[in-house]
Amino acid sequence: MDNIAGTKSSLTWAVHLSVVVLVFLWLFPTVGLFVSSFRTADQISASGWWNALTASEQNLTLRAGAPDTQTQDGTLYVIEGNLFAEEGVPEAQIANWGVSARELGAFQPGDTAEMRNGSQITVESNGDYRQTSAEEFDGRRGDRVFVTAEILPDFTLENYQQVLLSGDSTDSMAKAFFNTLTVTIPATIIPIVIAAFAAYALAWMDFPGRALLIAFVVGLLVVPLQLALIPLLKLHLGIGIGKGYLGTWLAHTGFGLPLAIYLLRNYMVGLPRDIIENARVDGATDFQIFTKIILPLSFPALASFAIFQFLWTWNDLLVAKVFLIDATGQTTVMTNQIVELLGTRGGNWEILATAAFVSIAVPLLVFFAMQKYLVRGLLAGSVK
Amino acid sequence: MHPAFAGLVTIVVGVGGCLAYFWLSNQFLDKVLFPAKGPNAGRNINRANMIRPWLFLFPALFALTLYLAYPVVETIRLSLTDRITQPDGSVVYDFVGLQNYAQMSADPKFWEAMFNNMLWLIVVPALSTAFGLLAAQLTDRIGWGNIAKSLIFMPMAISFVGAAVIWKLIYDARPPDSSQIGVVNAIYVSLTGNDPVQLLTVPFWNNFFLMIVLVWIQTGFAMVILSAALRGIPEETVEAAIVDGANPFQIFFKIKIPQIMGTIVVVWTTITLVVLKVFDIVFAMTNGQWGTQVLANYMFNQLFVARDWGVGSASAMVIMLLVTPILVWNVRNARKEMR
Repeated sequence: MDNIAGTKSSLTWAVHLSVVVLVFLWLFPTVGLFVSSFRTADQISASGWWNALTASEQNLTLRAGAPDTQTQDGTLYVIEGNLFAEEGVPEAQIANWGVSARELGAFQPGDTAEMRNGSQITVESNGDYRQTSAEEFDGRRGDRVFVTAEILPDFTLENYQQVLLSGDSTDSMAKAFFNTLTVTIPATIIPIVIAAFAAYALAWMDFPGRALLIAFVVGLLVVPLQLALIPLLKLHLGIGIGKGYLGTWLAHTGFGLPLAIYLLRNYMVGLPRDIIENARVDGATDFQIFTKIILPLSFPALASFAIFQFLWTWNDLLVAKVFLIDATGQTTVMTNQIVELLGTRGGNWEILATAAFVSIAVPLLVFFAMQKYLVRGLLAGSVK
Repeated sequence: MHPAFAGLVTIVVGVGGCLAYFWLSNQFLDKVLFPAKGPNAGRNINRANMIRPWLFLFPALFALTLYLAYPVVETIRLSLTDRITQPDGSVVYDFVGLQNYAQMSADPKFWEAMFNNMLWLIVVPALSTAFGLLAAQLTDRIGWGNIAKSLIFMPMAISFVGAAVIWKLIYDARPPDSSQIGVVNAIYVSLTGNDPVQLLTVPFWNNFFLMIVLVWIQTGFAMVILSAALRGIPEETVEAAIVDGANPFQIFFKIKIPQIMGTIVVVWTTITLVVLKVFDIVFAMTNGQWGTQVLANYMFNQLFVARDWGVGSASAMVIMLLVTPILVWNVRNARKEMR
C-alpha cells in the first residue's frame, strides 16, 4: 500500500539493505552451529567457523619416512615420499618449513636444507620430499620436519557418526532421540482428540454453564506450569504412576489442553451454522456431526495445534526433568542429554554442536514444511 | 528399537482408548440409557441431549481440573506448610503460616531473581516487539519478504536448550593467545586488542547476554502477528495521510502504530508470559550463577536441589501472582468478545 502511484518510497534500497542485515543477524547463530557440526575438533579450535571455507594456517610436526624405506640411487641413499601421507594428517599446502623447532619457517617450498645428521632434504609445497645422504640412514624413525601448512577447508561426517551411531554412553543421542519421539507423539495426539470433543461441545452444544467453562479455559491458558510440578509429582508418586512416560504424557496433555480447546473452539464457532443445522434436521446425531462434518472441516486448526504441541513437547526440558527422568537415566530426552553434554563436554564443540543440531533438525523440518499452519495458529490464539 | 515399539503401542492404546471412550459412551447413552424409541422416545432424546455435552467435555474437564486447577490450590497449601519427615519415615505437612514467604524474602538469591526477572520483563518484550515491528514493516514492502520472514521466524522452532548451545558458541572465549572461535570475542579482540572476556560471567551485563537469546527467539513471533495486523490497516487511512503530505516515518508512527496498538499489547503480554516462565535458557547457560538467577530457576533449585517444597511453592506463588493481572485481563476480554 506504500506503492501508490507517485509515492514510491525513495527508501527502497535502505529497506532491502536493512532486511538483509536483519536476516543475516538472525540466521548467523544457527548457521554457526550447523557449520561447526561438520568440522573436526582441531578445525573448530584452530579457527572460527566463519573461516570454515578459507584455508587456515597451522603448525605441524611431520616425519620423513623411516630409514627402512631408504633406497639406493648410485652412491646416494634416498628416502622419498609425501609428508602428509602419515595417518591422521590433513591434506594441506606448505607455506614454509624448517628442520628444527627453533627455526620454524626457515625455508620455502622447493628449498633444500641440511639436517643435523648431515643429510639433505628438499620439500615441495604439496608435501613431496626427497631426503638424500651419502651415508646409509640408521635409527628407527624418520627425521622430523616442521611445517607451517595451509589446511584446506574440509568437512566431516564423523561427528554425526559419533553422536548417532557410536553408542558411546555419554555422547550418543540415539536413545534420547527415540525417547523424545516416544514422549512427543502420544503427547501430541491425545490432547487433540480430547480437546476436539470438548471444543465441539463448547462451540455447538447448548447447556447451562457454557460461558463459565469457556472463561475457565481462558483463565487456565496462562497458569504457569511451574505451579503444577510439585503437586502433580506428589500425585503421580501417590497413585503409583511414579516417574515415567505415562505421567509425562498426562502432564503434557493437561498443560496443552487449554490452548487446544481455545484454538479449536474459536475455529469451530466460525464454521457455517447452516451445515450443522441441516445435518441435525436430517437426523444426524451430535457424534455423527462431529466426526463426519466438524472434524474434517477443522483440519487447519487441528494442524495448527498439532504443530504447537509437537514443537512444545519436543523442545521441553522442564516437564521431562520433573516427570520422566529418573535416577537410572534410561529415559533421558534430547534436551536433557544436551544439558548434560554442556556439563561434561563443555569445550568439545564438535560433539555439542552436532548433538544440538540433531535435536533441532526435526522441529526445523516440521517448521519449514508446515509454516502456514503454524502462522495461522499463532494468529488465532496468541495468548499462551 | 524397544522404546520406539513401546511408544507405538502406547499411541495405539492411548488414542484408541480416547476414541473408544467417546464412541462407547455415546452408544451407551443413545442405545441403552435413553433409547430414542418406545413410549418415551421424545423425552429420552431430550434427556440424552442434556447429558451428551458432559460426555464430550468430561475428559478435558477432568484433565484441566487435575493438572492445572488443583495444582494452583495445592501450591497455595504447600506454600503455607513445611514438609517434615517423621522419625518413622512418614511425611507430614505442618501448617506454618507465612513463614516460608518470610524465609524466602530473607534470601538474597530470591531478590536477585526478582530483580533480574524485572529486568527481563522490561527488556525482552520491549526488544522483541520493537524488532518484530521493524521486521514486519520492512518485509511487507519487498518482494522476497516472505523468505526473509520465514528465516527470522525460524528460531521459534528451536528449543531453548538448542538456542543455549547456539549462543554459548557465540559467547565462547578462548585463552588470550589462541584464536577466538566465539564471534563476539573474535570481534572484540581484533578491534581492541584486549584479552578475551568470559561474557557469561560479567556481572549484571551477563543478564543481557541471556536476554538476547530469548529476544532472538521471540522476535519472529512478534513479527508474524504484527505483520498480519499491519496488513489489516484500512488503506484509506494511509492514502489520506499520503495525500496530506506525510512522509513514510510519519505514516508509520502516527497512522499505523496507533491503529495496531491493540495487537502490540497482545504481543507484549504474550511475550511477558514467556519471560515469566523462562527457565531452560538460564538453566542451560549459567544455572543462575554469576548473578543471573531468575524466578523459575530459583524455584526449580528450591524444589529439586534444596528440596524445600515450602519455599519452592512460595516462589511458584510469586510467579502465579505476577501472571494474575494478565489472567484477569484475558478472561475479561474473552467474556466481552462472547457477548
